[in-house]
Amino acid sequence: MSEPVLSVRDAQLTLGSRTLWSGLDLDIRPGEFVAVLGANGSGKTSLLKAILGQHPLASGEIRFEGAPVHRGDRRIGYIPQQRGQDPAMLIRGRDLVALGVDGHRFGLPLPTRERKERIDSLLDAVGASHYSRVPVAMLSGGEQQRLRVGQALAGDPTLVLCDEPLGSLDLRAQRVVSELIDRHRRERGFGVLFVTHDVNPVLGMVDRVLYLAGGRFRIGTPDEVLTSEVLSELYQAPVDVIRSHGRVVIVGAPDTSHHHHEHEAVHP
Amino acid sequence: MTDWWTQLFDFSDYGALLALLHNSILAGAVLGIAGGLIGVFVMTRDLAFAVHGISELSFAGAAAGLLFGIGVVEGSILGSLIAAVIIGLLGARARERNSITAVLMPFGLGLGILCLALYPGRASTKFGLLTGQIVAVDDPKLGALAVVSGVVVLGLLIMWRPLSFASLDPEVAAARGIPVRGLSIVFMLLLGLAVAASIQIVGALLVLSILVTPAAAALRISSSPLWVPILSMAFATVSLVGGIMLALGSSVPISPYVTTISFLIYVVCRLAGRRMRVRRTLGTREVVTV
Repeated sequence: MSEPVLSVRDAQLTLGSRTLWSGLDLDIRPGEFVAVLGANGSGKTSLLKAILGQHPLASGEIRFEGAPVHRGDRRIGYIPQQRGQDPAMLIRGRDLVALGVDGHRFGLPLPTRERKERIDSLLDAVGASHYSRVPVAMLSGGEQQRLRVGQALAGDPTLVLCDEPLGSLDLRAQRVVSELIDRHRRERGFGVLFVTHDVNPVLGMVDRVLYLAGGRFRIGTPDEVLTSEVLSELYQAPVDVIRSHGRVVIVGAPDTSHHHHEHEAVHP
Repeated sequence: MTDWWTQLFDFSDYGALLALLHNSILAGAVLGIAGGLIGVFVMTRDLAFAVHGISELSFAGAAAGLLFGIGVVEGSILGSLIAAVIIGLLGARARERNSITAVLMPFGLGLGILCLALYPGRASTKFGLLTGQIVAVDDPKLGALAVVSGVVVLGLLIMWRPLSFASLDPEVAAARGIPVRGLSIVFMLLLGLAVAASIQIVGALLVLSILVTPAAAALRISSSPLWVPILSMAFATVSLVGGIMLALGSSVPISPYVTTISFLIYVVCRLAGRRMRVRRTLGTREVVTV
């Protein structure tokens, strides 16, 4: 088996005096798709922030490609949730992808042929070529998220972090965007850590799930983790997991919502 | 009626006046380029209100500079930078930024009025700081404006890409390791300089017509990363130089001319932009799918 691209060891994350989770061990191998599930405030997004070097761990360590994580690794791609109010609405699709290509460099973006070809190939890879000159504000949520995937691919990532990338999308767009991410991780072999409140759109794609609840966690295949016994133990409350027509419905999970606090940590 | 007209527009001896005030026109052109360019980021970073706040503190600085004999330009730069740093440090989020700005603004205006009230010199100089003036820009003042504008333009060109990334897409930029906060502080300093330079020509109350209106107009008719800054610079320069040239022979301050041209450009762009948007929506909706 190949070396893990991401390796989390005995990690503990705190927000003020509150421990979000502790003792977390997680390895992600190249090409592996791991979904991160759990209630609001369980520390899903904070885990991504810790991997991005934006939120230091209370203890333990996170290594990316063998080295401790630091702020701004170009080999980590990041796909945020689609939001209607972003200033990115002011630009065109191809300019959003271009930010991923060379937005970190100083100076003006000089229109070289190499740059144009790079942007065109990324747009092509996510099927966004035909609307690349339309202002982002005029695109649907699904179209915008395809551009986000193209933007994340720009750094030739070995790991892609997705923070609710399907949030506020309709069902059809959810399928299209998750299949796009799935296809590229198979073709390009990058690991995916996919934070989502609903596992169903990616249920057929994920290799493993990490379920965070009440400061505890469980990692395993969906079949191992998404059961009434496991989740009841995690939540320390009776939880029913119902499977019907290939979908998973979780009933009775107490919402340990401290959403606001988490939000403050997310945007310091 | 004819009285008003000759007060507003008087082109007799125009050639002689033009020669006399060519420094003002040059200053307008230099300022148009710097103001139009930074205006694009003012729009994408949602800083229009902060610009207004900075300009009031810059006015206070200019008035203090006048009173204490430090110099109007030096005073206004100092006031601007202090305001820009305070707003930059305390107002990372839009909501906080707006309240900090709203708190600073009347304080700055009050300080400025106090300094002007204590200043024994000519009343027109005092009024000019708020509403702009068409005084002959002497060589040292033109030099100062050119240096300040040059620093603003050069600074923006150097950090163009990371600043664009941080302004347009802050969440992903931060994930990619762009120093979003550091860039924001440097940008606020450049903005402070641009405000201080603009005040010398259009006055503290009307700075928005140079730092916001041209960029807002450009964004109505284009989304291109190349054309928005070029159009914004062109609009700001046309407003300033056109305003100065129309105001040359009149006894009215320069600012109404500048603000009117700038406003008319915006109105035209808004109307043109709506037609373009409708056409583009009709043209692309069929081919664009999820």
